[in-house]
Amino acid sequence: MIRVKLWGSLRSLADDQDEVEIDARTLKDVRDALSSRFPRLKPQIDRGVSFAVDGLIYRDDWLLDVTKANEIVMMPRMVGG
Amino acid sequence: MAFDAAKDRQFKVVGTRPRRPDGIDKVTGKAQYGADMSAPGMLHGLVLRSPHPHARIVGIDASAALDMAGVKAVVTNADLAEPEDDFYRDIKDNVLARDKALYDGHAVAAVAATSLEIALAALDRIEVEYEVLPHVTDVDAAMAPDAPVVQPGRADETVPSGHSENVTGYWQFGHGDPEGGFAKADKIVERSFKTAATHQGYIEPHACLGSMTSDGKGELWCCTQGQYMVRSTCAALLGMDASQLRVTASEIGGGFGGKTTTFIEPVALALSRKCGRPVKMVMSREEVFRATGPTASSSIDVKIGMTSDGKVTAGAATLRYQGGAFPSETVLFGAQSAFAAYDLEAVRTEGFSVLTNRPKEAAYRAPGAPMAVYAVESVVDELCQHFGLDPFEVRLKNAARKGTLSSYGPTFDEIGLVATLEAAQAHAHYSAPLGPNQGRGISCGFWFNFGGNTCVSLNVNDDGTVGVTEGNPDIGGSRASISMMAAEELGIPYEKVRTVVTDTNSLGFNDVTDGSRVTFAVGLATINAARAAKAEMCRRVAKLWGLEEDAVKWENGAVVPAGPNAGKHESMSLAEIAAIADQTGGPIAGHHETNADGAGVSFGVHICDAEVDPETGATKVLRYTVFQDAGKAVHPDYVEGQMQGGAVQGIGWALNEEYIYGDDGKLQNPGFLDYRVPVASDLPPIDTVILEIPNPGHPYGVRGVGETSIVPPLAALSNAISRAAGIRLAELPMSPPRIRAALRG
Repeated sequence: MIRVKLWGSLRSLADDQDEVEIDARTLKDVRDALSSRFPRLKPQIDRGVSFAVDGLIYRDDWLLDVTKANEIVMMPRMVGG
Repeated sequence: MAFDAAKDRQFKVVGTRPRRPDGIDKVTGKAQYGADMSAPGMLHGLVLRSPHPHARIVGIDASAALDMAGVKAVVTNADLAEPEDDFYRDIKDNVLARDKALYDGHAVAAVAATSLEIALAALDRIEVEYEVLPHVTDVDAAMAPDAPVVQPGRADETVPSGHSENVTGYWQFGHGDPEGGFAKADKIVERSFKTAATHQGYIEPHACLGSMTSDGKGELWCCTQGQYMVRSTCAALLGMDASQLRVTASEIGGGFGGKTTTFIEPVALALSRKCGRPVKMVMSREEVFRATGPTASSSIDVKIGMTSDGKVTAGAATLRYQGGAFPSETVLFGAQSAFAAYDLEAVRTEGFSVLTNRPKEAAYRAPGAPMAVYAVESVVDELCQHFGLDPFEVRLKNAARKGTLSSYGPTFDEIGLVATLEAAQAHAHYSAPLGPNQGRGISCGFWFNFGGNTCVSLNVNDDGTVGVTEGNPDIGGSRASISMMAAEELGIPYEKVRTVVTDTNSLGFNDVTDGSRVTFAVGLATINAARAAKAEMCRRVAKLWGLEEDAVKWENGAVVPAGPNAGKHESMSLAEIAAIADQTGGPIAGHHETNADGAGVSFGVHICDAEVDPETGATKVLRYTVFQDAGKAVHPDYVEGQMQGGAVQGIGWALNEEYIYGDDGKLQNPGFLDYRVPVASDLPPIDTVILEIPNPGHPYGVRGVGETSIVPPLAALSNAISRAAGIRLAELPMSPPRIRAALRG
């Protein structure tokens, strides 16, 4: 199991948790598991999210391996100017 | 792709300052910008725009216009396809209004005619029946329960109940117990700030030439920060396959985020499709102001607690950004950036995204961050002044560093904030004397940076020169820096490499030139493409010498024997290998496609000296120094240019720039005469100090530098003015009338 931190306003959509444990081997697994376990998170995930893994921000890398040793934070999707 | 293990690398090309490849064309007028394109049989397109900030479109009658000689087509929203998702549907409804005009200047219809004069006359013949509706342009007014609703039903699932329908998104970030933190403070300051919407200030208005053929193929030339984004958007709005539309980006006269979306491009294609002739469209400056995207305006509350020795005990901020008439998410970047420079036990930020009857916002350099950081850094400075503490000491005492749990969630790895603060504190600027009515302000700034989808093709020519093909418009010197990285990797002179930006059919998908991503991501792809070409050249030479591939290596631009058992062979240079490419397997090339990660966040620190005229309220910037962790500076001239340019844009945002809407909901200053950007005579030379702390996520240690520099100036100016004149303004811009009024109490 790995732990995923959510940003504060998603807490109410994830059974009042700001950190959840899920079974996942890749960032795609993380997305799928969060959407499946917390259906109210799915619209946000579908609109776009990034993940910070050990402090580095990934926008789309679904195939990135993750383990319980990683700090994983779900973040809004990054944009820039 | 990690930083190269050979950390003692001595760069030969990277880090030098060769002549820019686009300089001659630009200063001699040969560069081809969007409006320079033309085609045989070309028509001219113009847009009819709403004179009302909010009105239902009861009907559009274009028959009189279409009866005019020379008028070939008129299009409205109904002539575009209906995209399935909200993102493209909002762009469609922005480029041509659906059933309501949502802001002053909103496009309602467009016409194509054989001359501009006829097109202009035809606009007058298009009859639009409006039902004028109440409007709202201020973010706080739009959040009021009785505010006119701009678009109903657009709030997403995150918005707490009880808000106006104009609130479309809500975000909250942070950790710890802010109330507990405030209880530990010796002083708490709570302030509210407002910032005006500002324009990116690009010189070149939006322009394009679109041509559709009767069999459904399309060609589009336009000035944009991303031709692939334009292709995706236009294909969705025209209901065509992306493969049938080729988009070529022109030279670009500035973007700064404002050209990361589309306005006239799908309209030109729709007109061309309807009449079968190429259609050129060029926005006027007034249209750019009224109907393209500025940044958000904001209303922000900040609360910070501090002990008497300068320890921040807690921070909190509520941010309200209006992004015009369509849902936007810029506020969430403000909410994440606001306290990013601080190592805090307790921090909470929340952001509300709000609809108003203004044009749909577009990105602007570090979107959302400057106004949030302005509010936080102003309050930090007020606390420093209250306790009589040195502003650098306070920031160093509280600075985020490796291991800090950031205010937006992740734990920081290696970051350069402390080194940047120390460099600024030790700089001669900080200890220089000040005169009467003069003050010195400092501010930190932060931006995320990212990488993104990137493709590069690198071809070794038979004369030993190299062509690099990439897919990102050059808005900040990327052609030079990419050529330099290719030359560095191949061991050949910079002058032997030429980099070109290609069309959408020549490479795989490339993300937009934004997010400070291009030198980082395209550079990374270029290095990998060069390494692929080198591997191929090593393979061929090894076979010529009768050796295994691992018995040769690339060194100083040539293949040489590797190891004692390889025997003696004369090295073969890239040019020598290229000359026999035909005989050794054909053309030599390398390519690389990636979704680049590992960009690494960026911090900057600015010092500003300003003098306030007590009679007029005018502020003069006397001295300004930018300190920024740039990673390895590939071409220092361009890095310095990015740092200077961001600082100047931020100075304009702080002192003069604002979209002014009247009570009638109309933009009052749609032009550079009344929208005051800083010019050279307003400013001192902007000094720069580049800190080259290698980015661990890039083989040369390169880090994005394009956006962070616009973040600190707003507060640096506010803090300098506060210390010069003893006043703390809470609204931007800090224009002479506002300062004069504050001075007079």
